[in-house]
Amino acid sequence: MISVHKTTDSKLSLAHILVAYAALTIGGICGMLQGMVRGGVIELPYGIGYYQLLTAHGVLMALIFTTFFIIGFLYAGMVRTTGPLLPTVNKIAWVGFLMMTVGTVLGVIMVLLNKATVLYTFYAPMKASPWFYVALVLIVVGSWCALVAIMSQFRYWKRTHKGKLSPLFAFMAASTMILWFIATLGVAATVLLQFIPWSFGWVETINVMISRTLFWYFGHPLVYFWLLPTYMVWYVILPKIIGGKIFSDSMARLSFVLFLIFSIPVGLHHQLMEPGISPTWKYIQVVLTFLVVIPSLMTAFAMFATFESFGRSKGAKGLFGWIRKLPYGDVRFLAPFVGMLLFIPAGAGGIINASNQMNAVVHNTLWVTGHFHLTVATTVALTFFGVTYWLVPHLTGRKFTKSLNRMGIWVTITWAIGMVLMSGAMHIVGLFGAPRRTAYTTYNDHTLALEWLTYERVMAISGAILFIAIILLVISLIMMFRAPKGEEEFPIGEVSELAGATPAVLDKWWIWLIILAVLIVFAYTMPVIDLINSGPGSKGWVTW
Amino acid sequence: MHIHRLEKIWLIIGIAMLVVFLVAIGFSAFAMGNHPPGHSSAIKLDPEKVYETPPFDNPGLERIGENEYNAYIVAYVYGYNPGNIEIPVGATVHFYVTSADVVHGFNIPGTIVNMMAVPGEVNEMTYTFEEPAEYLLLCNEYCGIGHEYMATTITVKG
Repeated sequence: MISVHKTTDSKLSLAHILVAYAALTIGGICGMLQGMVRGGVIELPYGIGYYQLLTAHGVLMALIFTTFFIIGFLYAGMVRTTGPLLPTVNKIAWVGFLMMTVGTVLGVIMVLLNKATVLYTFYAPMKASPWFYVALVLIVVGSWCALVAIMSQFRYWKRTHKGKLSPLFAFMAASTMILWFIATLGVAATVLLQFIPWSFGWVETINVMISRTLFWYFGHPLVYFWLLPTYMVWYVILPKIIGGKIFSDSMARLSFVLFLIFSIPVGLHHQLMEPGISPTWKYIQVVLTFLVVIPSLMTAFAMFATFESFGRSKGAKGLFGWIRKLPYGDVRFLAPFVGMLLFIPAGAGGIINASNQMNAVVHNTLWVTGHFHLTVATTVALTFFGVTYWLVPHLTGRKFTKSLNRMGIWVTITWAIGMVLMSGAMHIVGLFGAPRRTAYTTYNDHTLALEWLTYERVMAISGAILFIAIILLVISLIMMFRAPKGEEEFPIGEVSELAGATPAVLDKWWIWLIILAVLIVFAYTMPVIDLINSGPGSKGWVTW
Repeated sequence: MHIHRLEKIWLIIGIAMLVVFLVAIGFSAFAMGNHPPGHSSAIKLDPEKVYETPPFDNPGLERIGENEYNAYIVAYVYGYNPGNIEIPVGATVHFYVTSADVVHGFNIPGTIVNMMAVPGEVNEMTYTFEEPAEYLLLCNEYCGIGHEYMATTITVKG
């Protein structure tokens, strides 16, 4: 095996992962403090605002931790499956990294100065400092450098391997970055064309509904930008870790194509409770939203098929005997596997959220916060934690040791307990009506709000448990840099002999992109025309 | 393309359930009128002139029938105009809501009244209050430093 450590490619991936974990640590401190404030356990000192912490938590966790980790992980996997990055690709990648890092630092400074307490959704007409929006542009444009880098590397491989099927990992990495690009066009449009001219004072007003619609055009595929790399780990890496095979290459590729198509023309399901959009278009996008169930079912099938085939190859008997054959003692498997199990209730909750009229019961309550703490903060985060334990040693040229594995198992257990408790409490109290994104309050001791307090205390306690997990993670990272020198493999699974050949059409991007473009135009043209024709826009407000 | 026999069965059952489910929510929406709140043809207004634009120049309850009301309510940082609304039990209320500044929430926990108050737009929803109680009306969209104080009550008298 070719050693990758100490190359500029491995430093590139490592740099991304370290920024990701710095963001996770700071974001985690904010999260723990928020839980304590909301539960009425503490009050914040030194004039720090609850909503300032909440903005920092959302931006650092949802945007920075995820984006940096994903891009670092994709580079490492591209190197593993397509060879060292071309020199120009490597340079573009470093430029992207620098832009994203400068953007992150600038954005965090604006939040700390209390100039951008607008939460990570930055809904107009709340008007942050223009430099906050400039920071967002830097992050997005930096991530587009990663798109150019990964697509150039992918195309180079295709050019030099004419007629061959692309490596599954590289295909999935390309799909992830294509999805990211199409999604970020929405947020780039609203920030560049609406927020920046308005916040610098070049124009007086902003069309609030258009900005929200462009945000959610981006906001829903954003969650698939987190999920696709998670699925890459499940489809391509877990089979190798457990010693099994990838169940089907063609179904894996088909599921990624379907995720790409059905995760974008669906943003209106985040706006079901909003005025100005016709119920017919809301329902059409609800239907498109639910088509994502199909590739999700394919993914679930593939996972359990891989696990069962492996268990049976190890001599498992009976209908469920294979369950006992899985390597639960290996954090590289355990962390993503626990994430996978908790994705079952998480997905069920998501179906409720998107269900047109049923959304009224849960919209903007803590239920929603509970939902994405199960999906992104449990399923995605645990999968990424599991990856970190072998990826960092792989990149630094050190061994993944037994003591690291033990730490990882503790992180997995603590994180899972903390998230199940917190998310469980959020789901329940959300059904009773407790609002999300709200500091400690009893609404003048209203009897209903007083009943919510018990659950909010549970949220505070679980925040503390989760913070312990973050401390264990940071200790693990330090241990990784001190582990004995050696080679650690980047596990890439092989496709089962029983799977059929992959049809070449799946590798033909232009077909899928045309279908996607048609769907986007269909789903968004009429609602956007309605919204453009609304009355005068809003001036900006600073309400914090 | 090769698809495992069990996977075919799994997907067919899954897709069939999906179709039934989507038809059910579609039927509820279009045949029974259970749409989510708001629609595109509603009144548009200038967010600078909310209190000069009918019906919000006279916010409050308007009786339109035997125990049936229109409620014109303006959300603002950090309250609702008018607040502390009182209605008799069994009243059907058509809420018309807008915002005088930033985006707010309009949620009555324990009911399905939950919608966004957006400047320049009017959101609407109808609800019949069958139980006498002091309902909480609260803002569930972050709107600024005093967001957690933004609430009032709707008292349904028996």
